[in-house]
Amino acid sequence: MAEMIALSRLTKRFGPLTAVDGIDMKVSRGEVLGFLGPNGAGKSTTMKMVTGFLAPTGGSALVDGIDVTVDPVKAKQRIGYLPEGAPCYGDMTPRGFLNFIADVRALSGKERDKAIDETIERVEIAGVLDQPIETLSKGFKRRVGLAQAILHNPPVLILDEPTDGLDPNQKHQVRTLIQEMAADKAVVISTHILEEVEAVCTRAVVIARGKILADGTPEDLLKRSPLHNAVHVRVAAAAAAAVEGDLKALSVVGAVIREQAGNGYCEFSVTSKSGAPIAPDVAALLKDKGHPVSDLKTEKGALDAVFREITRGPDKKPAEAPHA
Amino acid sequence: MRNIAIIAKREFKGYFATPLALVFIVIFLALTGAFAFYVGNFFGRGYADLSPFFAYHPWLFLLLVPAIGMRLWAEERKSGTIELLMTLPVSTLDAVLGKFFAAWAFCGLALALTFPMWITVNMLGDPDNGIIVTSYIGSFVMAGAFLSISACISSLTKNQVIAFIIAATVCFLFTMSGAQLVLNFFQGWAPDVLVDALRSMSFLTHFSAVTQGVIDMKDVVFFGSLIVMWLFLNIIAVEINKGR
Repeated sequence: MAEMIALSRLTKRFGPLTAVDGIDMKVSRGEVLGFLGPNGAGKSTTMKMVTGFLAPTGGSALVDGIDVTVDPVKAKQRIGYLPEGAPCYGDMTPRGFLNFIADVRALSGKERDKAIDETIERVEIAGVLDQPIETLSKGFKRRVGLAQAILHNPPVLILDEPTDGLDPNQKHQVRTLIQEMAADKAVVISTHILEEVEAVCTRAVVIARGKILADGTPEDLLKRSPLHNAVHVRVAAAAAAAVEGDLKALSVVGAVIREQAGNGYCEFSVTSKSGAPIAPDVAALLKDKGHPVSDLKTEKGALDAVFREITRGPDKKPAEAPHA
Repeated sequence: MRNIAIIAKREFKGYFATPLALVFIVIFLALTGAFAFYVGNFFGRGYADLSPFFAYHPWLFLLLVPAIGMRLWAEERKSGTIELLMTLPVSTLDAVLGKFFAAWAFCGLALALTFPMWITVNMLGDPDNGIIVTSYIGSFVMAGAFLSISACISSLTKNQVIAFIIAATVCFLFTMSGAQLVLNFFQGWAPDVLVDALRSMSFLTHFSAVTQGVIDMKDVVFFGSLIVMWLFLNIIAVEINKGR
């Protein structure tokens, strides 16, 4: 079965607050799904329901075809889960902790030794195996948490903010690790670091206020940016007015935004009317007209701008009528 | 069954990862000895038995058992590891029983380490060892009852100190429910059935019956059903509170 996670109308209410509001989502093997959203959007709550920690108020969550609320133990056997903040038993050593997890995961014999050795190597914690976890640095703690999640080589891997609080090297390491393991697993990572989505995810789902607002590849999301394929041009201030006029006349150009002038230079953001690449046209034009250009680059569009636009979208619309 | 043993093993080792185990055992042994020898007048009374030793167990357990039980769930919730534990392929029943048995085994260990008392009384005289064995069993089972209360209350809060104080208070009420102090409070207004029910809840009454060397079915049922009831409440409390 390729579909490893299937959520249908999944809902969670805490009293009057609806944290997750009827989410439908499917994740297949080989996918790395980036779960995006502002704080309090319902990311963690959704993950907690999929992993069987919280009971849904409505809807269902299937993991490998098993309903999490019907047979939680069987579903949990198929999941590796790193909860937010990577909680571990602080008084245990990583070795003792992994042995405990291996016991609970019913690993035995050679398979068990192999799993433990490989995981230790993968997350690079060999040097701290016999220190109590509470004495370890944040990076090591996170890696011990990750080790716990991947120890039994689960087909479904759910990581809640796996790189939160790590330094850039450690972030890179964790991302590489996720990519290495992604081929035969369904991976869901929640994050609010957008570069992470571009770096590791094959698909991005944006949620806010408990609802899915966007679902597509990171490239799809970028295309929503008004600055997607825009060209950034820097010219001498003296030629600014002429350049602006010439650029506006170009048929593929949407808008020309003059950004700032300083040090004798002037900068423009030139957006693409259709979203298609326009850099060759702009470059050709500037060359034809003989404008000296000191810098020219294509923008992909910033994912965080798209993110802001998607997640804040409803603010601009008139408020919905309150439900009775 | 396997999972219960795995969780119990981890939990039991956890007591020894910190000075808690050592502190607890030393204090427990010192206090049981002190009560038996000084307050209970072990030597002066001229009988070769351990009744002055066992007589103070309910009072010691009242304070010491909640100290063992308070961390069981409050700590997991405070540190967030409950999310880890409850997303592993174990049921809530496994987790509740595993933790309870670990703490109970720890109480058993502390109790077993009082064996020099037993040796002493056998060297000094010719005690009825049957009574001593039933008293040890009774004491152990009573510790289990105190512990089930403490474990359940530990799952209601993230704060270990609150867990300790409330558990100790509830244990106190169960211990004292046969005493006039508590009964007077109810006798004025409550129906006789309730007062009788309260009287029959007393740990002291049931425990003193056991220390006389009689293992009565009703005492066994009393402590057994009390443990089952509190562990059942513990499961419900964990289910309700785990995500908060």
